[in-house]
Formats: sequence, structure tokens, C-alpha cells
Amino acid sequence: MLRYLIKRLLMLIPLMAGITLITFAVIHLAPGEPVEMQMAMNPKVGKEARERLKKFYGLDQPLHTQYFTWVGKLVKLDLGRSFSSDSRPVIEKIKERLPVTISLNIIALLLEFGLAIPIGILAATHRDTLLDKGITIFVFLGFAVPTFWLALLLMYFFGVKLNWLPISGLHTLGSENYGTLRYLWDLAKHLIMPVAVASFGSLAGLSRYMRSSMLNVIGQDYITTARAKGLSERVVIYKHALRNALLPLITLAGFSIPGLIGGSVIFETIFAIPGMGQLFYQGVMSRDYPVVMGILVIGAFLTLIGNLIADVSYALADPRIRQG
Amino acid sequence: MSFKNSYFSSIFWPRLRHNKLAVAGGIVVLLFLTAALAAPLISPYEPNAINAWQVLAPPSWQHWFGTDELGRDVFSRILYGSRISLKVGFVAVGIAVFIGTVVGLVAGYYSGVVDTILMRMVDIMLCFPAFFLILAVITFLEPSIWYIMMVIGLTGWMGVARLVRAETLSIREMDYILAARSIGCSDRRIIFRHILPNAMSPVLVSATLGVAGAILTESALSFLGIGVQPPTPSWGNILTSGKDYIEFAWWLSLFPGLAILVTVLAYNLLGEGVRDALDPRVKRQ
Repeated sequence: MLRYLIKRLLMLIPLMAGITLITFAVIHLAPGEPVEMQMAMNPKVGKEARERLKKFYGLDQPLHTQYFTWVGKLVKLDLGRSFSSDSRPVIEKIKERLPVTISLNIIALLLEFGLAIPIGILAATHRDTLLDKGITIFVFLGFAVPTFWLALLLMYFFGVKLNWLPISGLHTLGSENYGTLRYLWDLAKHLIMPVAVASFGSLAGLSRYMRSSMLNVIGQDYITTARAKGLSERVVIYKHALRNALLPLITLAGFSIPGLIGGSVIFETIFAIPGMGQLFYQGVMSRDYPVVMGILVIGAFLTLIGNLIADVSYALADPRIRQG
Repeated sequence: MSFKNSYFSSIFWPRLRHNKLAVAGGIVVLLFLTAALAAPLISPYEPNAINAWQVLAPPSWQHWFGTDELGRDVFSRILYGSRISLKVGFVAVGIAVFIGTVVGLVAGYYSGVVDTILMRMVDIMLCFPAFFLILAVITFLEPSIWYIMMVIGLTGWMGVARLVRAETLSIREMDYILAARSIGCSDRRIIFRHILPNAMSPVLVSATLGVAGAILTESALSFLGIGVQPPTPSWGNILTSGKDYIEFAWWLSLFPGLAILVTVLAYNLLGEGVRDALDPRVKRQ
């Protein structure tokens, strides 16, 4: 197991290097210069000031020097300063928003799995019945619904029409003065729609996957053996089949991370949630390139770490992997 | 060629035709393609014609899907928007399939170092949340539909590359490749004449599903104001005004969303149908 872990950790190094290279290339090979972007917002800046700014951000250096300077700072978690008027360090901005995005995504992930697993089992154990077909239709609809549209519809029904749920932010104004219980209830009410939207996106795929994984396991010989021993269907499914059918889902959890993080741009923007996705969107709209670059790298690193955790848990759960 | 035709007419086509959902998907796909091509003939109004007397009018016989905040006919705008969506879908997937196929063929055929480098590149690209990457690139470009197509394509080729590589790896070991090599065929001829045609069937599936994905991405970008710019209508940017006027005009949100939903659903059903029809493991019914 230790050898497996070390091998996986070593493999991270080239991947991380690649991530920084691509991020750097994306920003620097695109036509137009970052300083020009900042200038465009402020026509009063003269040529001299432009040169000074270029020098300040190191943009007068050759590209490879810029890259190594940037990576050198990145290693120390220095992502530069934001171009926006507050000029705060990018890492600070990300730090205060990352927890919001991560906790939202973890809740969404738990909800997703909590729903997808039973749905997949139901579809597999009731294969080709009306129930299975109904679930299939639901799955295809789930694949096709644009999440931002779903968010709009939910906002319209539960926010505007019924006025049950708040449609933006995380807290009601003045909620700091509420008692603990009321404060949490307020937070929960704000979270319902964003979490529903965030998890709905991958729910369809995940339950479809659970169904085929379950069907695959049910077709194995040891399940036939278990049935032949006269075990009840309940024990066969939930004790013998389920554990093996769940294995591939671990990897899938890892794969769904980039989708979740990417999706957070959409639902955080729509529901005005102060997370990393919203920060990214604001950075993109104001062409605040240190912020865009920083979040791009952090987002990719998070994915990498998520995949690593998924792979290691898979190896822990399945001895065939760690010996192979 | 005759062998392929007979496979197509005796196995693939009957199987696909048997799949009711796939047929339904195919019909909807054709319907939307026709509507998009014939938009100038069908559309009852100019998509950009402003009418100050009919601002935010609910659906009626004059305006089937109502009008928007400038009094423009939503039905006509959705019709013209379908041209954008489909164009983006096809071109972006074309780019992704082209890059993915070349990378997959080269990696699978040459294996060794070339393969390792190319596949590590795929791994790295897959680490980026695709939507982040697309947004980041588009930020630094002037918003234009061509850039959107390019960027969606450039960030979507990795799946195809993996599929084609896997196919190539197994085809490479076949006897007929050995035969081709022994009569002195060049690598290029072997790759493009002998391997490529046989590695394409999984690509067909992922291309069909990819069109659906690209349409979704474009609409999300346009919705966020980074994609197709008004006044050019696209399903995504009609939904942006839907969001702004959600309290007074539900039709601005409902209809463009339904258009996206139905189109994406149709491509997905067709793609799944093609997958089943091509899969030798699925028994003929």
C-alpha cells in the first residue's frame, strides 16, 4: 500500500507541472496583453505609466523567465495581487471563498450519492419494469436539462411565485443577530436551491452508472451461488452485491469533481453566492487576470487531489488494485 | 466498401430503426435542422424587429411564445437561435473529433514515449474544470461565435483521443495490419487507410453526444454574457433576459430552455441508439 501511495504521489509532480504550463499558456498566448486589459478600463493612463506597470508585473521579461518567476511564487502560494481596485493578494481572496464552494460541493456530492445509489439499485433490481423505464426517462431528462435553466425555474416557482425560499446569497440581512438555531435554519433555506441545482447535474449520470454497475455484479457467478444457497433476495442484493457494485462509484466521485467546481460558476452567479465560482466569474468579467489564473490553477489542483483521494480509497477498498 | 454497406444495411440500420427512442431522437434532430436552415422562410417576424407597443407581451396568436423586453418575437428569436446553437454544436465537435482522432491514432499506433507524452497531456487537460478553462480563454478574446466554437472544441477532444487510442491499440495487432506492413505500406497509409476507418464507430457515438454537450456549454456561456452577444439571438442569451424579467415574463425563461432541453435530449437519445446499434455485445432482438 505504501509503495502504491508513493507511486501515486510521484505521478502528481509532472501533472502539476503540466497544469501550471497550460494555465500560463492559456493566459499568455491569448492575443492582447494583460496590462492592455487593465489600461482599457482607464484611458487616462499614459505610455510611461503603461511601461511602469508592465515592469511592475514583470511583463517586460521574456516568457520563460515570467513562467519560472510565476511558478516560483506559486510554490510559496503567492498568486500575485488582484487587478481590481482593492489590489488584495489573490490567495487571500481565494482563501475566504474556497470554504463556501467546497462545503457546498461536498453537500451536493453527498446528496447526489445518497439519491443515486438507491435509484440505481431500484432500477437494476426492477430491470425492464415500468419503474426502470420511468427512471431511465428521468435520467435522460436529467442529462438534457441545462442547470442554469433549472435554477431559473426553481427561482420562479419557489422564490417568486410561492415565496418559500430566498433567491440569493447565503444569509438574510441582519441574520448575525439571530439565535443559533434560527441562524442555521436561515442558512439552510438559502442553501436548498443551490444545492439542488448543483447535485441535479450529475445525479442522472451517477444513477445510470449505479444501475449498470449493479446489473454487472448481479450477473456474476457468486451471486448465483448466493441465491442457490437459498439466501433471501434482500441479503443477496444488499450484502453480497451492493458492496462490489459500489466500488466503481468511488472513481466516479473523483471524476465528478471538475464538473462540480466548473458548475459552481453557474449556480454561484445565479444565486449570488460568495464562493470561488462567483469570484472567477467576476474576475473573468473585469479581466482581472491574476485572479483568473490563480483560480484556474487552484481548481485544477483540487481536481488532482480529489482524483488522488478517490484512487487511494479505491485501492484501500479493493486489494486487487494495490497489488497490481 | 461493399462489406461495409452490407453491415450498415443488414445490422446497423435495422437495429437503429428498431430502437423507438433513437428514432424519435433522430426525427427531432432532423426537424430542428430543417427549421434552422429554413428559419428565414418560417419565422413570422424579423428576429431583431423592435416593437415598442408589444413589450413583454404574453404568448398569443400573434406571438406564439410572447415577446421580449424590446417587443421582439420570442418564437422568431428561438428559431434563429437554433442556427447558432447547431452551428456551435457541429463545428465545436468537428474540431474536438479531429484533434482527438489524430492524437488517439498517433498515440495508439506509435506507443512508447509518444504515447506516454500524449496521454499525460490528456490527463493534464482533464484536470481543468472544462468550464473554467473555456471562460478563462474567452475572457482574453473578443467575444465571437468562432472563438466559442474553437475553445469548446479545443477543450473537448480528450475523450475522443482516449477512445481512438484504445481502438487503435487493438486494431494494430490485427493480421491485416501486419499484411499491409509486409507489402510495404507507409505508416501514414496504414494509419489513415487501414486503422482509421475501423476505429471510427465509437467516435460516431461520442460525436453525437458531444453535439449535445457543446450546445449546453454554448447556452451556458451566452447566458452568462460571455458567449453570443446580443442582438444576435441565441438560446442562452434569450434566457439572460428571462432571468432579468423572471417576475413578469415566465415565457422568456420557459421556451428557450425547452428548446435546449428537447434538442439535447434528441441528440442524446440518438447517440445512445447508435451506441447500442454498433455494440456487438448487445444481442439482436
